[in-house]
Amino acid sequence: MTKTIVVGYDGSKSAERALEFAAARAKSQGETVTVAHVLEWSPYTFLTPEELEERHARRTEEMARAESMVIAPVLEKLAAQGVDATADIKYGHIADTICQIASDKDAAQVVIGRTGHSKLASRLFGSVAGTLAQASPVPVTIVP
Amino acid sequence: MKNTFQMSALAATALAATAVPALSQSIDEKVNAAFSSSTGWFVNLIFSPFPGTSFPWIVAWLVVAASIFTIYFGLIQFKAFGHSISLVKGDYSDPNNAGEVSHFQALATALSGTVGLGNIAGVAVAVGIGGPGATFWMIFAGLLGMASKFTECTLGVKYRNEYADGSVSGGPMYYITKGFEERGVPAGKFLAVLFAIFCILGAFGGGNMFQANQAHAQITNVVGDFPGWITGVIFAGIVFAVIVGGLKSIAKVTEKVVPIMGVLYVLTALVILLMNFNMIGWAFGEIFRGAFTGAGVAGGVVGALIQGFKRAAFSNEAGVGSAAIAHSAVKTNEPVTEGFVSLLEPFIDTVVICTMTALVIIITGQLVMDPNTGMYLLDEGASTIQTIDGNKGVALTSAAFSSAVPAFKYILAIAVILFAFSTMISWSYYGLKAWTFLFGEGKTKELVFKVIFCIFVVIGAAASLGPVIDFSDAAIFAMAVVNITALYVLMPIVKEELKSYQSRLKSGEIKKFH
Repeated sequence: MTKTIVVGYDGSKSAERALEFAAARAKSQGETVTVAHVLEWSPYTFLTPEELEERHARRTEEMARAESMVIAPVLEKLAAQGVDATADIKYGHIADTICQIASDKDAAQVVIGRTGHSKLASRLFGSVAGTLAQASPVPVTIVP
Repeated sequence: MKNTFQMSALAATALAATAVPALSQSIDEKVNAAFSSSTGWFVNLIFSPFPGTSFPWIVAWLVVAASIFTIYFGLIQFKAFGHSISLVKGDYSDPNNAGEVSHFQALATALSGTVGLGNIAGVAVAVGIGGPGATFWMIFAGLLGMASKFTECTLGVKYRNEYADGSVSGGPMYYITKGFEERGVPAGKFLAVLFAIFCILGAFGGGNMFQANQAHAQITNVVGDFPGWITGVIFAGIVFAVIVGGLKSIAKVTEKVVPIMGVLYVLTALVILLMNFNMIGWAFGEIFRGAFTGAGVAGGVVGALIQGFKRAAFSNEAGVGSAAIAHSAVKTNEPVTEGFVSLLEPFIDTVVICTMTALVIIITGQLVMDPNTGMYLLDEGASTIQTIDGNKGVALTSAAFSSAVPAFKYILAIAVILFAFSTMISWSYYGLKAWTFLFGEGKTKELVFKVIFCIFVVIGAAASLGPVIDFSDAAIFAMAVVNITALYVLMPIVKEELKSYQSRLKSGEIKKFH
């Protein structure tokens, strides 16, 4: 059975590098690629009544935008390279959600780009790559 | 640029006002006189007592309703308490719905509408008139009110309108119209319109003028006396910038700071209680003694009970129907789950926060007691209890807080301003929903409402405490008259929802995700 490589993708330069790495790897191993795009979201934030009212509409918009602006071009590019790829757009805590996707798909590995935050920033806020390295259910490759 | 202009105009008026204090004071007086003479009849109607007693029928109306819902749903507020907390934590939320409005968010927004000056100033008014015993009845009413909230918020979600663009509108206006139609009961449309009218008045009253009024009282308490309309104009300007100018950033900041402020308020109160921990037993003793013996307060036990019930209702708004508007935006396929979540609201608002305020006032000895008889001394006119410095309303709470640690006065002042502001923003939304229900949606129509809303901020800050509180209460309770009538008609629907949900929860069809 072919396994899939989950790539955390947000459109940034480092995510681009991670994607290239994953695509090359998938091609050589005969694996597929799952492009995971996570929109940062916490159910414990505070919203105004207007924001509550419009939330569902905004979410639909955000999903559509992610689909057309971020995901569609990537899937096209991968298809052109002959890599079999699917996408997953989700809301949530980025690292947790990528772990969830990896275990749901029984992925071969997770590939993530290193963002290169300063030491202080990652100490304060944690980094996605760092959290994944510690919490992922499958092997993680961090692409510099 | 426009903003700077507005600000400088504002500063100029403020300056002019301080230059002619005599004139501005008389503006306050005029607003006051006009206000009390034009709203007096409405207040009298709502608060008229049962013939031959001093017991207002409206208080009985709320408590009887809350008791009936409590019995009808089999003490749901106690049985479902744990489940409510797991729902708020998101244990039952489908991860695929992440990004939609969560139970927590709906609850937090509804709470920032109810946690307001009712919790700070309202409680002081209740304890100032009804004595410590009012606290007991307030907690009691808060616990009962959880069942009312459960009923109305379940209906709010069940009968909300979902529009093509994905936005939702809900609340009593909608469940009265649709629910009555479904049950084949006539006059649904009429009641819905009546509710909407009272909701608009409530938005101007308790959701606005009372808040502006008490915010002004607290500001003068800290910086010294100045005319109320100045505070009014400044508040109105900020509210205007948010609701008309679409300055979402202010609203967003408030929504985030208010919960922190709420926690800080409770912590501050806890610190004061800890500083006087040897008095806590005595304070609870006073609360029980007052609840059942009256301890000399005006109206005795009934006086304490009326004040407690009134303040609880005004603070947590259970049975009023306003929360159903805020709660209806949640993402769930089970309306009853939002009912469960909403029952936490009176608990947090009344049983926790209001009780803190009351305990601080009692423990710091603000109420003057005759040491020989153990009875509270009354002011001239025998309507309120004497306080150490003659404070009432928010000033009484402030005195209580600063008697423990003087700097707490400033924490309280910031809390008051923020609570007042967030409650105004929430109520401007509730009022607007009622307004658009009546007149239809449209930019101009909405603008008219918003401008009137801002004008009432100024009136509220200028009017003296008595007429404003009376009108605030009257308008909010008038909403409850209509809403509770509808809840009686619609409660079998809620029961069906509850039964179906509980059996599916038991069978495991509804499962935990986390």
